Amino acid sequence: MADTALPRTTVDEERQRRWRQASIYALLALVTFVMVFPVLWMISVSLKPTTETFSLPPRLIPEEFHWGGYAKVLTDPKFRTFLINSYVVGLAVTFLSLIIGTLAAFGFSRYRFFGDRVAKLFVITTQMVPTITLLIPYFGVIVFLGLYDTLWGLVLTYLTFALPYSIIMMNGYLDTIPKDFDEAATIDGCTPLGVLVRVLLPVALPGIISTAVYTFLLAWNEFLFALALTRSMDMRTVPVGISMMVGEFGLKWDEMMAFSVIGSLPVLILFMLVQRFVVSGLAAGGVKG
Amino acid sequence: MTRPFRLLTASGTPYLFLLPGLVILGALLSVPLYKVVEYSLYDNVIVERNPTFVGLDNYRNILGDPGYWSAGFNTIVFTVGSVVGHMIVGIGLALLVNADIHPRARTFFRSMLVLPWIFTAVVVALNWQLLLNPFGLINYILDWLGLISEPLDWLGNPDLAMWSLLLISTWRGYPFIMVSFLSGLQTVPRELYEAADIDGAGFWHKFWHVTLPQLKPVIFGVALLDLIWTFQLFPLVWLTTGGGPGRATEVLSTLTFRLAFVDFEFAQAATVAVSILIISAAFTVLYLRNEARRL
Repeated sequence: MADTALPRTTVDEERQRRWRQASIYALLALVTFVMVFPVLWMISVSLKPTTETFSLPPRLIPEEFHWGGYAKVLTDPKFRTFLINSYVVGLAVTFLSLIIGTLAAFGFSRYRFFGDRVAKLFVITTQMVPTITLLIPYFGVIVFLGLYDTLWGLVLTYLTFALPYSIIMMNGYLDTIPKDFDEAATIDGCTPLGVLVRVLLPVALPGIISTAVYTFLLAWNEFLFALALTRSMDMRTVPVGISMMVGEFGLKWDEMMAFSVIGSLPVLILFMLVQRFVVSGLAAGGVKG
Repeated sequence: MTRPFRLLTASGTPYLFLLPGLVILGALLSVPLYKVVEYSLYDNVIVERNPTFVGLDNYRNILGDPGYWSAGFNTIVFTVGSVVGHMIVGIGLALLVNADIHPRARTFFRSMLVLPWIFTAVVVALNWQLLLNPFGLINYILDWLGLISEPLDWLGNPDLAMWSLLLISTWRGYPFIMVSFLSGLQTVPRELYEAADIDGAGFWHKFWHVTLPQLKPVIFGVALLDLIWTFQLFPLVWLTTGGGPGRATEVLSTLTFRLAFVDFEFAQAATVAVSILIISAAFTVLYLRNEARRL
């Protein structure tokens, strides 16, 4: 054994270190299980018939998988509409705020100009405006513009929240790219827009992806405006759809949890795919939850 | 400072890049903010074509209403409780994840622990309604441990509802603090810890005398952001307790929504909304002062 060749104290220290590591792993595993448990329980309940939702003793893994909730939710055209609406709004908001946000971020990152600090503070400040304060005037304005109960009304309002994050996050990423890149391209005859599109964007791809994922998540999860600015079933999004299941279809836990799982899958998958980028970008941008 | 840059000579260019974003943001914010203040000075707004100007009457009404003050009190309890919960759990977990473990394991635990943050509020609310149900799992576990003699109605009991809400809010909101603190931890110079190690400092000593002082600006900024956002939070409260039972968990945001979309008193709702705006603005100024130094 190699250990025996080592001096006594080192062996002790090594043993102590291993013990400490083992206890850290055990503690982390326990805490993580507790924190993730509500999510696991949601999946578990979605796979049990409603008669077993509260049956005792509770089982995390159902004795028999019950797919009835999923079958009901996947075949009902209503739920398909909610999903399609959420995708349309999410993609439109992501697309628009990424383009407009990247342009502004480029301006902030690459230029010093009169009023740049004020403009930047303005963008940061817009993140702080209470959404509930905006709700009532938005309701008035959206009705006035004839956008009440349309997806475009939602896209427009979501831009208010999505744009500041796109600008701040993209600005953070562009700042990490050395300016020598731009200078070389400028000498080669690139216009500023050319520098952005041909030189910076390819390098900033991880940043673009994480900004896009974050913006999509923001739009996909939004509840307040989706609730107040739409009325008909055809215009409801996933979060409002789920919340209405509670009232309108009675408490069928298997169906509600099945739709909650399906409705969470897109953001869950996106997030898991790019979580490394998103987590660092999130911290850099100081991003709303 | 950054060195002077070639493109600086093209003086109109930066404005062109910023124009679309700033115009959209400006329009989407200035018009509504102007409108909400205007609404608060009228009666029968939105529902009638020609609302009547009433000056500060709405403000007098709201300030004389005990319901407003109790919602304000609940908002303070909810906000302070949530932020404290987020900070304790978030910082604790960040330290744990940052411990000396395999990088792969760290990535795994970190992404698992961020999960509560990515679900939409409706799903969070449903999950916890299920767990906190009188017949739910939490009562079962507490009963099994012998801590309670009969099932408690966590969300339906006026004395417990706020505590339950704080539990849910803590679960939902700690990841933001955890992630921010975790990335802050990477910026603390290694030498400081090495020096502390040589002095024989233990874990807590290092935490109190190295980590915390180094990350004070980060913690302050993040806590303020969290405070500003939690203060006006609507969906989580509305979807878990709806402000109830009775008005036990009614906060200013749910009061605003109720006034507007349940009672159709848009002018009163606008008045409460303006009061939320004023308080947020005060905290925002504090936050910007902290941020401006870093710009």
